[in-house]
Amino acid sequence: MAFVTANWNPLGDAFYRKVELYEMGWSLKDGLRECLVAAAPYGGPIALLKEPQRRSPSARPQLEIYSSSGVTMASFVWKSGVVKQLGWTVCDDLLCIQEDGTILIYDLFGNFKRHFSMGNEVGQSQVLEAKVFHSPYGTGVAIVTGASRFTLATNIDDLKLRRLPEVPGLQGAPPCWAVLTQDRQSKVLVANGADIFILDNAVCTPVNPPGLSPQATSIVHMCVSFSYKYLALFTDSGHVWMGSTDLKEKLSEVDTKVRNTPKQMAWCRRPKSREPSVVIMWDRHLLVVGVCKDTIPYHLDDDSVLVPELDGVRIVNGTHHELLQEVPAACEEIFKIASMAPGALLLEALKEYEKESQKADEYLREIKEQNLLGEAVRQCVEAAGHEQEAETQKTLLRAASFGKCFLSNFSPEPQVCMCRDLRVLNAVRDYTVGIPLTHMQFRQMTVRVLIDRLVYRKLYPLAIEICRYLKTPEYQGVSRVLKHWACCKVQQKEEADENIARAISLKLGEAAGISYSEIATKAYECGRTELAIKLLEFEPRSGEQVPLLLKIKRSQLALSKAIESGDTDLVYTVVTYLKNEMNRGDFFMTLRNQPVALSLYRQLTEEEMRLLRFQRRLEEEKGECLLGFSLHDTISTLLSLGLHKHAEQLYKEFRVPDKRYWWLKLTALAEKEDWEELEKFAKSKKSPIGYLPFVEVCVKRQNKYEAKKYVSKVTLDQKVKAHLSVGDLEGAADAAIERRNEGEIGAVLSRCSPATDRALVERLNRAKATAAKK
Amino acid sequence: MAAHLSYGRVNLNILREAARKELREFLDKCAGSKAIVWDEYLTGPFGLIAQYSLLKEHEVEKMFTLKGGRVPPADVKNIIFFVRPRLELMDIIAENVISEEKLPAPREAHILFVPRRSLLCEQRLKEQGVLNSFTNIDEYILDLIPYDGDLLSMESESAFRECYLENDQTSLFHTAKGLMTLQALYGTIPQIFGKGECARHVANMMLRMKREFAGSQNQILPVFDTLLLLDRNVDLLTPLATQLTYEVLSCDSDQCVQNGFKFAQKKPGEGGKDLPTEPKKLQLNSAEELYAEIRDKNFNAVGAALSKKAKIISAAFEERHNAKTVGEIKNFVSQLPHMQAARSSLANHTSVAELIKDITTSESFFDNLTVEQEFMTGVDTDKINTYIEDCIAQKDPLIKILRLVCMQSVCNNGLKQKVLDYYKREILQTYGYEHILTLNNLEKVGLLKPQTTTRNNYPTIRKTLKLWMEDANEQNPNDISYVYSGYAPLSVRLTQVLARPGWRSIEEVLKMLPGPHFEERQQLPSGLHKKRQQGENRTTLVFFLGGVTYAEIAALRFLSQMEDGGTEYIIATTKLINGTSWVKSLMDRPEAQIL
Repeated sequence: MAFVTANWNPLGDAFYRKVELYEMGWSLKDGLRECLVAAAPYGGPIALLKEPQRRSPSARPQLEIYSSSGVTMASFVWKSGVVKQLGWTVCDDLLCIQEDGTILIYDLFGNFKRHFSMGNEVGQSQVLEAKVFHSPYGTGVAIVTGASRFTLATNIDDLKLRRLPEVPGLQGAPPCWAVLTQDRQSKVLVANGADIFILDNAVCTPVNPPGLSPQATSIVHMCVSFSYKYLALFTDSGHVWMGSTDLKEKLSEVDTKVRNTPKQMAWCRRPKSREPSVVIMWDRHLLVVGVCKDTIPYHLDDDSVLVPELDGVRIVNGTHHELLQEVPAACEEIFKIASMAPGALLLEALKEYEKESQKADEYLREIKEQNLLGEAVRQCVEAAGHEQEAETQKTLLRAASFGKCFLSNFSPEPQVCMCRDLRVLNAVRDYTVGIPLTHMQFRQMTVRVLIDRLVYRKLYPLAIEICRYLKTPEYQGVSRVLKHWACCKVQQKEEADENIARAISLKLGEAAGISYSEIATKAYECGRTELAIKLLEFEPRSGEQVPLLLKIKRSQLALSKAIESGDTDLVYTVVTYLKNEMNRGDFFMTLRNQPVALSLYRQLTEEEMRLLRFQRRLEEEKGECLLGFSLHDTISTLLSLGLHKHAEQLYKEFRVPDKRYWWLKLTALAEKEDWEELEKFAKSKKSPIGYLPFVEVCVKRQNKYEAKKYVSKVTLDQKVKAHLSVGDLEGAADAAIERRNEGEIGAVLSRCSPATDRALVERLNRAKATAAKK
Repeated sequence: MAAHLSYGRVNLNILREAARKELREFLDKCAGSKAIVWDEYLTGPFGLIAQYSLLKEHEVEKMFTLKGGRVPPADVKNIIFFVRPRLELMDIIAENVISEEKLPAPREAHILFVPRRSLLCEQRLKEQGVLNSFTNIDEYILDLIPYDGDLLSMESESAFRECYLENDQTSLFHTAKGLMTLQALYGTIPQIFGKGECARHVANMMLRMKREFAGSQNQILPVFDTLLLLDRNVDLLTPLATQLTYEVLSCDSDQCVQNGFKFAQKKPGEGGKDLPTEPKKLQLNSAEELYAEIRDKNFNAVGAALSKKAKIISAAFEERHNAKTVGEIKNFVSQLPHMQAARSSLANHTSVAELIKDITTSESFFDNLTVEQEFMTGVDTDKINTYIEDCIAQKDPLIKILRLVCMQSVCNNGLKQKVLDYYKREILQTYGYEHILTLNNLEKVGLLKPQTTTRNNYPTIRKTLKLWMEDANEQNPNDISYVYSGYAPLSVRLTQVLARPGWRSIEEVLKMLPGPHFEERQQLPSGLHKKRQQGENRTTLVFFLGGVTYAEIAALRFLSQMEDGGTEYIIATTKLINGTSWVKSLMDRPEAQIL
């Protein structure tokens, strides 16, 4: 603890520190000499290609992939063409850019994934230099060819090659260039002598860095900051010009007094940086040049590589891995010698308290008097996040919780979060994992991406552990990790389908929201159809399951799964697919389902035929068009036409029930107002429907006179109704009273009006009362 | 604007708002001015979700009905087709799009499938070569449309026909999806009960879908305690019966349009002549205070309720004479608009009630009702019924005959072969042989069937479930049987028994009704288990698969309001039906008969 500031160097108003991250686990014979090196940002993996120029078949170069701590992840002999540049994608895939413009993609473990080309025209002129860059659109590649032309692809996963305009007067490779993303567009910044150009899709624009030292005759090196906002230029006169990438603003210019061309240059700054700087590296010499014009020189023992990060620069050499950064404000406040900042006092208080000294109280009192205890706690929590040493982190967090004891209403949230984050960070920083993330980088990249990175490294148990610890929702966390594990598992060629399927279902069984179809697709892609089908059995989402089953030509299974799902759209989709697959006959055989005609219906159909024949005959004989009429309507029409014989014939032939025939004839005659025929009909024999209908049809035709003829024939129980319908109240009353029916008496009463005979009403009321008593 | 949806126990406005939000999001996806081309069938349901003003706010400038040919000219940037996923509609759209593309400046085309996009339709568009002409192809999940504070409907016209006749379970899939949406908004429903094949199928799909969504744990405190899924074919009797509540009668009459009521109003014109004016349209839902009060009453009780209301209103108007101080007058004036609205609403309902009274007091209405009640009480259901015979002989409307014959069949657990054949022959001879398909349909769904066993178990069901109550009190009901003046809807009885004392008490009867009965439990994440307050009611969602009648809704509302009921009901269905519309949906159009 006492030596926290031992590695600090002042720069302007701030301090810079160089912290050792790892002693490298690799053993490289010649360090990084004559190596092509690519180290991914955010503590990503490192790829090395030793002696890339070597071409003889007897001694091919070796490609090696290491974690940030130097643990070997892959190593193989490079058998393809000459590699000009290595780079990492955002998904931790390695890009190997060859001289002929072909780019080969490998995963972290050196498995070849795919390749693509930067264009045919590159073939002859060859790639001179290449750069891999990152933008919100993904990972991009830019190359410059022997013809001095730039070609750029913004996103290698959605490859669109753009050939940039020619740079006037440029011969061969430019002395230096850089890619930057501005206004949602990727551009190339290129220097030629003292001139600088910006190349975008359409034009090549010459630009002038404001206030560039006049001694310079050419720009020999340049670099763009992590955020693409700042640019640094190194001139042959040894000056470093620093400004904004839009070249509108100059921040500073410093004479380094070194005229050699630097090997590498990188911005070293952090969000809210107080003293940003540019780190310049020569063979054995490293210089931190602040915008404030202060410098810090460092000596390098070995060939090194600079890896720019969001909040600093990592320096990797044959034996060590270090982080160079501006000391964060909170750490400075606390650890700066003789600091009286509240955080520093709180830390002192804790130390005294642990020594059981009363001085603890004095320190605390001092903070509290200034009302700064909250601030002190916040400083300690923040500073803990910036420290690499677990011991320092713990001490700071202890100080924070000590201070918090004396505060009320202070949210514990930030401290709890910091503890959690640090636990995760310390776990991934571990030598065996080798991801040296700072807290700020971790926040920027998010847990989700960190989990992805662990998954790419096949560190499934750790990833799951972290998800559980951070309580990440299952479908984003544990389930996702398991899915990746399963996708990896299905590629294990030596294991039997049976075993893999069992292992997967065993492990994934409990996890929610797993997409089995993705795993199955992977298996299918690896040529393991049977395994794919087995895995699909576990897929609960039929919308995913069915299309894949169709793809692997298991249409019958697809059909039954679709039916099971109840999603008819899915069923129809399979059916249309089947229709196209099978021949017509088979198709209909599969789907045939004819309902068996019932015997009655057959009978009735015959009947219908007979009726149609009759109707046609009638049309021929009488010229009456009855075709299509129902039997009922046919008979009714015949009756109203007076064709009684024909009607009679149908009545008998079709065995029309008497009742209905009577109704039919009755209605037809009444409609014709053929009262004579009606009376004859009524007397022809005893009516099967009684005589009330006779009364009613007459009333309906407004013929009460005719109606009354039938009232007497109506049966007793319908008499009241009959009397009422012809408007004979008295008759109705008599009938009702005779029948002593309370309901009927009531019905008659309800028809009485004030004009009705009083006596009648009274008689009814009396009868009602007696009926009610009954 | 849709205040009536949020009054109830469950705030259904959340569902409506969710639907509106999604609609707005889709409209904003198509930047610039737009015209909507409607599948006409959808305009009704959409009207309940969003008025024209909402569409207008999102730059919808024109609306057309989907027709063959080309979309009429309109100076808009986008054309959006709002359609159901039907193949025949895809062909029309293709025709529209092809002619649009011949124009010098074709407008951008989009499709919004309601309620779900379909691979099959997209395939059809692809075959027609227009699939790539669409900038956006999206789905608008409109399954359950909030109709009222306690009522949701999918407005799926042919759901019953599809499920029970054509064996097409698409609507059940949508039901399950709709219930998932509902659970996403109102929390997982811990208990699911069901009766019937379709209910079982829906429950299975729900549980299956839950597995599909697993992982995205729902953290909403459940609003519903229980879901009851009921197949319509468990209770075929209820929709056949003539409904007697005010809401139904006002809707059964021909002038009723979607959730509203049109009637011609007469007002004295010049020269003392009565001139018929534009038909007036009344929006009817629980937002109207008076309507909410009387709609579920038995019609025989409506008159009394209306006259009581009239007295209250005129008394309120009389208050003005008592208002002495300025404060009192001000108070009175402030209430005027409300009172005037109440008075005009009363006038409207009185007119409607008069229209209905003409129907209900007619002899034929009475005769029909008498026969229905005879059937329901089991009188002579095994013989050929004279009233039906007479009605056929007089060629009364076919639907009326079908309703009665089906009712007799249901109340007798099937008709004797002789009786059934007799009715069939009568119907075909009278109404024409083309109705053979309709009769076949009715047989397939079980409305009409030959008696297979000699044992008629309807009386057992009737007695156990107390389906017939002799002394139904229409004015001050004490039992759900008031809605049919004596008959208690079987479906609602099942619901009632489920709440108390539970289905175990009626195992025997449940076995007699078609389809399985079941119970499922859905695990809730810990912490979401409801702690019930003393006296707090349970909330049950009753889902009628294949349609629900207003009388059943009235009966369930009655149960919700019962003081010691302990359960409140929210009702959901595939379609609001009445006996006529329901039987009609099962008929086959004669012209479709030629195969």
